[in-house]
Amino acid sequence: MIFKIPKDIKFSYLYKRINILSFILIFLSIIILSIKGLNLGVDFKGGTLIEIRTENINTNIGEIRQSLLKMDLGDVSVKKFGKEKDYLAKIEFTDIDDTNFIENIKEKLSSDLGTVVNFRRVENVGPKVSNELLNAGLLAISLSLAAMLFYIWIRFEWQFSLAAIIAIIHDVIITIGIFSLLSYEVNLSIVAAVLTIVGYSMNDTVVIFDRIRENLRKYSKISITEISEISINETLSRTLITSVTTLLALFSIYFLGGAILKGFSFAMIIGVIIGTFSSIFVATPILYYTKVNQKTVLKDDAENN
Amino acid sequence: MLYFSKIKLFAIYFIIIFLSLFSLANFIDSKDNFILSKNINLGLDLQGGSYLLLEVDSKPIVNRNLQEKLLKLRKYLKKDKIKYQNLRLTDQSINFVIDENHLEKFEKYFLNKNNLINNYFNQYREYEMNYLVKNNKIKIEYSKFGLIELKNSTQDQSLEIVRRRIDEIGTNEPTIIKRGNDRILVELPGLDDPNRIKNLLGKTANLSFRLVSENEDDFGSEILSYEDDEEKLLISKRVIVSGDNLISAKPSFDNQNNQTTVNFSLDRVGSKKFGRVTTNNVGKRLAIVLDNKIISAPVIRDPIVGGNGVITGNFTFQSATDLALLLRAGALPAPLKIVEERTVGPDLGEDSIKAGAISLLIGFLLVIFYMFYKYRLLGIIADLALVTNLIILVGILTILEATLTLPGVAGIILTVGMAVDANVLIFERIKEEMKIEKSTIHAFDSGYKRAQSAVLDANITTFISSVILFLLGSGPVKGFAVTLGIGIITTLFSAYYFARHLSSIYAIKNKDKQIVL
Repeated sequence: MIFKIPKDIKFSYLYKRINILSFILIFLSIIILSIKGLNLGVDFKGGTLIEIRTENINTNIGEIRQSLLKMDLGDVSVKKFGKEKDYLAKIEFTDIDDTNFIENIKEKLSSDLGTVVNFRRVENVGPKVSNELLNAGLLAISLSLAAMLFYIWIRFEWQFSLAAIIAIIHDVIITIGIFSLLSYEVNLSIVAAVLTIVGYSMNDTVVIFDRIRENLRKYSKISITEISEISINETLSRTLITSVTTLLALFSIYFLGGAILKGFSFAMIIGVIIGTFSSIFVATPILYYTKVNQKTVLKDDAENN
Repeated sequence: MLYFSKIKLFAIYFIIIFLSLFSLANFIDSKDNFILSKNINLGLDLQGGSYLLLEVDSKPIVNRNLQEKLLKLRKYLKKDKIKYQNLRLTDQSINFVIDENHLEKFEKYFLNKNNLINNYFNQYREYEMNYLVKNNKIKIEYSKFGLIELKNSTQDQSLEIVRRRIDEIGTNEPTIIKRGNDRILVELPGLDDPNRIKNLLGKTANLSFRLVSENEDDFGSEILSYEDDEEKLLISKRVIVSGDNLISAKPSFDNQNNQTTVNFSLDRVGSKKFGRVTTNNVGKRLAIVLDNKIISAPVIRDPIVGGNGVITGNFTFQSATDLALLLRAGALPAPLKIVEERTVGPDLGEDSIKAGAISLLIGFLLVIFYMFYKYRLLGIIADLALVTNLIILVGILTILEATLTLPGVAGIILTVGMAVDANVLIFERIKEEMKIEKSTIHAFDSGYKRAQSAVLDANITTFISSVILFLLGSGPVKGFAVTLGIGIITTLFSAYYFARHLSSIYAIKNKDKQIVL
C-alpha cells in the first residue's frame, strides 16, 4: 500500500450501515438473477461455440450473424472476441448425428462472406452432457461449501462456522449477481473461479477468526465487539497486502492472459474484492450477533482436550 | 522455530535441488535420461487438438441380443413341448403368453443357472434377465446387471475398434479411454481438423454383400437407398458375406475404367460362400451394403471363387482409402455418437501459451516488486521463497507428468499471488512480536510459531476447494485444480522450511541490531 494503513479503525460503527448495504446488494442480485437469469455458455446449455478468424478485415459482425441465421441453427449470437478479425459465435443447435455439421457451417460461412474463414476453436456440447456438466458444477460448489462448513466447525466453534458460511454465500451470490447484470457468460471456468473464491474468502475469514479466538482467550474483560475490532485491525495490513498481491496476479491474467481467461479472471477479481470485504464486514459481526464470548472459546478448548 | 538440524537442512535443500532438476528437464530435450525425459504435457487447449466424447448407443445391440434370445427361446419351448402364443419382441423386451400348466416348467428352466438364455452372473449373484408373469403373460427383459454387463462389453469392443481406426490414421499420441460404462473419451493432440476422424468414428461400418431381389425370397427383402442418391433398390435380407469375413481391404486404381476401387480379400469361409453364391447367380446383381446404404450393385459377370474381390462405387481416392480403413478395422458393435467435441486450432494454442507466459511473468514481477517495496530485506526472502516455490511447483508437475492447461497456467499465476500470503502472515506477526519482545531472535521465533495456525487454516481451505474441483471438474478445469492444489503444498513448504531458514540466518546475523520492518 502506498498509503499508511491506519491501526485503529472503528469498524463496529460501520457495521450496521454496511450490513444494510450487503442486504441490498444480495437482494438486488437475487432480483437481477430471477429477472435476467444467467448467460449460460455451451458447457451448461448445450450448443456450439465457434471462435472464428476471418482473412478479410472488412468482415463485420452483422454479415456473420446473417449468414449463420440463414442456416437455421436456432438462436445465434456473434460478438467480437479479442483481436481484430476474431469473432465468437454461439449457436443454439448442435447436431450430433451429422458429423459434417461443423464442416458445413464453415463452408457456407466462407462462401457467404467471400473470404477464407478459420475456425480457431470449436466447442460442441450435446444436451445430455451439458446437463451433466451443470449438475457436476452445482454439486462441486455445494460440496465445497459443505466441506468448508465442516472444516471450520472442527477447527472453531459453530458460531464461527455459521459466520464464515454466510460470508461465503454472500460473496458467491453477489459475484453471480454481477455476472447476471453484465450478461457475462457462465461456463466451466467460472465454476472454477467461484470455487476458488469460496476458498479465498474462507482463507481471509479464517485468518481474522484465528486472531479473534486468540484474543478471546487472552482477554476476559473486553467485549467481543472490541475484541473483533482489535483483531481486525491487527490483521488488517496482512488482509490488504494479500489482497493486493492476489489482485496484481489476477489483473495480469485479466489484461494479458488472452480472451479465454477474461471471464475467469474477472470473476476472481470481483470475488477477491468482495471476499476481503465480507470477512471484515459480514463474517465478524455475525460473531456478536450470535453472542460469542470467552466462554464459547474456552468451552470448546476444554472439549478438545 | 529458528533452529535447523543439519539433517533437516540437508533434506530441505536436497528436495529443492532435486525438484529443480526436474523442472529444468522441461527445457532440455532428451529421451534417454530418467530425469530429463520427463516433461509437463501441454493440454489440448495449449497445443491444439481435439477432444471427443463418444457415446455408445446400446439400444440396437439390446434388440439384436433379444432377437437371438427369442430364437433360442422358441427352440427350447418347442423342444420341451410347452404351449405358447404370440412370442414376439416389443419395446426392448420379449413377450409371450404361456399355457398355465407349463408355467412352472418354464420357470424352472429359466432360473436354472446353466440355461442358455438367461446367464447367471456369479460375481453379482444375479441373473442377466428379469421376467414378469401377469395373467400367463410373460415379459422378459434385461436386468440391471445384465444391462451393465452388456454395456461394459459393448464399450470394450467399441473402444478396441475406435483404437484400431485411430491407429490406422496414424495420429500423434492419441488418448482413448473409457468414461462411465457407455462412453469413450478420445483426445487427439495436434489434430487440426477433426472432420475426417469424426466421420470415421461416426460410421458403424457394417458391411454386407447381398443379392438384389427380383422377387420376394424366403428371407424377405427390404428397400434400401444409395449412399448419395435418391435411387432405391429392393435388397434381399439374406447376408451372403459380411465384414466379419474380411481379411484385408485396400484402395486401388482401376486403370481400365479410370476409377478408384477398394480391393478386398475374404477368409476361407467367406471365400467359399462368396464363390458358391456368385457361381449360382451369374447375371444377377450383387449389392454391397454399408450401414444400410448401398455403395454399389454391380452385375455378377463371372463367379468369384478366389476370395478376392473389388468394390466399385463413386469413390474419390480419399473415400476409398477411408472405406478400406473402416473395413480393415472392423465394424463397431453399436453406433457411436459424438456427444461433446472441443477442438482448438494450433495457432490459438500458441497464442494462449504466449499470453499465459506473459501474464505469468508480469504477475510474478509485480508481486516481487510489491513484496520488496513492503518488506525490503524480508521481502527479498519472500521473493526468493516465491521463486523457489515456482521452481518446485514446476518440478512436481513434471514428475507427475501433469497436463498443463490454460486454466492451469491461471492456477500458477494465482498461486504466485496467494503464495506470498504465508510469508505476509508470518512477517506481520513478527512485526507485532517485535513490539513486545526485546530480542530479535525471540520475535522471529514466536512470530513463526504464532502464525502457524492461521497459515495452515488459510491454506487448507483453498486446498479443499481445489480437491473438490479436481474430483468433479473436467478437462482444462482439472488442470487448474492440479496447479492450484500442488501450488498450496509447495507454498507451505517454501514458506515454512526454505523462507524460515533464510529468516533465521537473517535474524541471527542481526540479533543485536534494531530491525525495522
